[in-house]
Amino acid sequence: MLETLLNTGFDLSSDALRPFLSIENLYYLLAAFFFILALASLSKQKTALQGNAFGIAGMTLALVAVILVSIVKDTRGVIITIVLMVAALVIGALYGLHKAKTVQMTEMPQLVAMLHSFVGASAVLVGFNSFLETPGLDLADATAASENAFHMGEVGLAVFIGAVTLTGSVIAYLKLAGKISGKPLSFPGRNFINLVLVLAILALIVWFVNTRGIEGGLLPLLLITVLSLGLGLLLVLGIGGGDMPVVVSMLNSYSGWAAAMAGFTLGNDLLIITGALVGSSGAYLSYVMCKGMNRSLVSVILGGFGGDAPKGAQTSSQATGEHTEITASEVAELLKNSKKVVITPGYGMAVAQAQFPVADLTRKLIGMGVDVKFGIHPVAGRMPGHMNVLLAEAKVPYDAVYEMDEINDDFEDVDTVLVIGANDTVNPSALSEPNSPIAGMPVLRVWEAKQVIVFKRSMGNAGYSGVQNPLFFNENTSMLLGDAKSSLEAIIAAL
Amino acid sequence: MRIGIPKEPYSSQTLVAGTPDTVTKLIKLGYEVCVEAGAGTKANYFDDQYEAAGAQIVGKEEAWGADIVTCLDTPTEAELALIKPGATLLARMNPFGNKELPKMCADMGITALAMDAVPRLSRAQSLDVRSSMMNVAGYRAVIEAATEYGRLFTGQVTAAGKLPPAKVYVIGVGVAGLAAIGTASSMGAVVSATDVRPEVADQVESLGGTFVEIPVKQQSADGYAKALDEEQQKLTLAVYTEQAAKNDIVITTAAVPGRPAPLLITAEAVSHMKPGSVIVDMGASELGGNCELSRVGEVVHTPNGVSIIGYNDLAGRLPAQASQLYGQNIVNLLKLTTPQKDGCLVLNMDDEVQRGMTVTLDGQIMWPPPQVSVSAAPAQKAEEEALPEKPSKTGTKAIRGLWWKIVLGIIAAVLIVMSPASAASHYIVFMLACVVGFYVITNVTHTLHTPLMSETNAISGIIIVGAILQIGSDNPVIAALSFVAMSIAAINIFGGFRVTQRMLKMFERSSED
Repeated sequence: MLETLLNTGFDLSSDALRPFLSIENLYYLLAAFFFILALASLSKQKTALQGNAFGIAGMTLALVAVILVSIVKDTRGVIITIVLMVAALVIGALYGLHKAKTVQMTEMPQLVAMLHSFVGASAVLVGFNSFLETPGLDLADATAASENAFHMGEVGLAVFIGAVTLTGSVIAYLKLAGKISGKPLSFPGRNFINLVLVLAILALIVWFVNTRGIEGGLLPLLLITVLSLGLGLLLVLGIGGGDMPVVVSMLNSYSGWAAAMAGFTLGNDLLIITGALVGSSGAYLSYVMCKGMNRSLVSVILGGFGGDAPKGAQTSSQATGEHTEITASEVAELLKNSKKVVITPGYGMAVAQAQFPVADLTRKLIGMGVDVKFGIHPVAGRMPGHMNVLLAEAKVPYDAVYEMDEINDDFEDVDTVLVIGANDTVNPSALSEPNSPIAGMPVLRVWEAKQVIVFKRSMGNAGYSGVQNPLFFNENTSMLLGDAKSSLEAIIAAL
Repeated sequence: MRIGIPKEPYSSQTLVAGTPDTVTKLIKLGYEVCVEAGAGTKANYFDDQYEAAGAQIVGKEEAWGADIVTCLDTPTEAELALIKPGATLLARMNPFGNKELPKMCADMGITALAMDAVPRLSRAQSLDVRSSMMNVAGYRAVIEAATEYGRLFTGQVTAAGKLPPAKVYVIGVGVAGLAAIGTASSMGAVVSATDVRPEVADQVESLGGTFVEIPVKQQSADGYAKALDEEQQKLTLAVYTEQAAKNDIVITTAAVPGRPAPLLITAEAVSHMKPGSVIVDMGASELGGNCELSRVGEVVHTPNGVSIIGYNDLAGRLPAQASQLYGQNIVNLLKLTTPQKDGCLVLNMDDEVQRGMTVTLDGQIMWPPPQVSVSAAPAQKAEEEALPEKPSKTGTKAIRGLWWKIVLGIIAAVLIVMSPASAASHYIVFMLACVVGFYVITNVTHTLHTPLMSETNAISGIIIVGAILQIGSDNPVIAALSFVAMSIAAINIFGGFRVTQRMLKMFERSSED
């Protein structure tokens, strides 16, 4: 670093910063270390806040270090650079903080997906810049030539991953925000087309590596970008809403890999370390989610529920029958006479913003001496841990919140189960119907309880998987139709 | 299916194979339970309690005639005759020692599961009645010794003078020995202990005892101490004799399955002991005990004032809780063998736990089972964990997992070897970071998935570093692109951290409530 600086020449102001440069890597190391601490601390309830503080500290260190470096390296004029950086930071900070402050907890999945797309976009832009700064060169020296080729390959990959993350996240955002249908888009040969796209992109990267100069490389790079954007689009369009928790954490992982690839193009270890941290932790989280649904990552990527549409239709036609309806005051009466109540929330609770009345009801029942627990399916909601965030927002004590495996054997002893906006995660056909699209997915066995109350807007719509739920027609199941929030409020009033 | 809990046929037996609590659990597994009238009286469990727990109170014939009969020990012939062919008997049967037993059960056409033949696997601990009974017995051994001893256990300095603490020496640090050590030291005695397996020294010390080494070392592969050869025996006896003379109370727990208990305390050793000393011989049986002078079921007083306790029913002297533990062992066994929780017993002979305790299966002799090794070798552990899956599946899965690793390894190796020196170090850093990222979050609690994601999201805003490094370029295009990249990455950083903070604050509040 110092040598190159000495060769290029720099202005006086950077002389003072020269000692700093030699410890630049130390700053990077510290920042990376803080990031590791941040992730590690975030895995425990007790240390989670501390973890976020570590993250902020790491980011601050990294930013200070890299801003100073870039001022030293500046080849145009320090003032303009500083102005540009401050302006960019202020714009980003204002928008980011505003969003973070105003976002509804129910909209967290959308926000996270949107933020992923930003990382993807940045990675694409940084990739382009790396190319513009150092395009493919004709070099006599063999080592330098191979270094250059690697650099070009890395740029290609960074743009590829970044672009897939970008459009994938945008589609995920649109689906989660309900701006486009959550149904998986499937057409014949979709997987084949995706495969062709991947191969085409890899071929383009090879072409790109062998180009010389900006003029030669720009076309393949643009093609890579366009095809990758298309691939991201197709990938996520093809995945059903029910698989969204996996998609969100997968995109999280992609955004990490994109950052890591950008790090390769710049030869910056901090970016590589941090990107890899995020990438591998996101991958692990996706794996956890997949296990929750008893599906392999590959099958999620290759297409969501509905890929087996004919089978699904068959099942749904079978599972029909008479359902029993119940009124809010009857539910209140039932709850009063129950000793053990389990509440299993699903995405519907988030949609109806019903977490606050749920918490009120919980407090009221606990006050009446009823044992109230929450059973959370690992993939309830639209992102990992979605339900937990909502319940925490409504101040439900987290020791009343149990994972599926912790509570599944206890349902036999439970008097009343309240299913609030959950469908696939409590569908008995996952266990009983081998032909069901959700067969084999572990589900909450609510039907073993004495009485099940299902809160549902209407009988018409099936869950995200499009599978009809025989639970609704069970003898010990009663349906409380209507908006979950107002139903709950009516129950609270009747208590 | 119907489970019968009969009254124990032996008048000395105070335990019962099921308590109202375990009956509830059996019913939860889908079984019907019938209890013979008065079965639990000696353990202070009364018929109305069983009835309240959901059991039927029945007569003797009906209890023994159930589909599954569970009792403490091999029943007498009169009761065996009441068991119907095809039924399953769960009891301690001593299949190691009782050579006629398998044939007898086979002739009756029953399935016999020996509760005292559970393999010593950590997975099987919850159904091992030897462990649960020995634990209770170890406690009781100390209590019996204290009664017979006639002095305080704990040392005191009082106005009337100083009282020394009792010195307790435990031979054999199994479940019973450990329980005895813990009980004695909590009562204030000075405890020392010996075992042929030197690796148990830490366990002794963790319970407040000191470990007395003996010149014989043994590695145990099946969780039990083995019989020693003659030379070894001589050496250990010398240690025991010396220690017995030094201590006030000696508790011997050595019992080798299927054989007479080894002799640990000779008549000569007893003669060197102080008057008032007590020996508790937990190995005492009709075949002979750990002490040459002990008599089973009795307290022997020697001429030199040593009391030798030879009770073989120590657990039975704490009948309520011993029954509860035994009953829970039965419940745990049935949990394992009732996978559908539908009250149907399904024995899986591929499961080495179930296989190990099966004496006869539907009238066919299955004893002895194939050898099971339970040494703590890591390979064994892995196998144990993988057991719940079908063996064939495990195999292919392992291969598939390996494939991935090999492919990744080759790619990594190629990258590192092929790439220029400057890039290779980056790959190394990259791969290490991947591993670290994987490990730091493997234990994340499910409640924190969302905050973790938004945190990693904020951190992946580190891409801003790339933009900052390029923004100073004199190429206006690069500068402009960097500016845009930097702005949107900044949204990530600020927004991500802020929203994580917001969520975590909520979690904090909800935990305070």
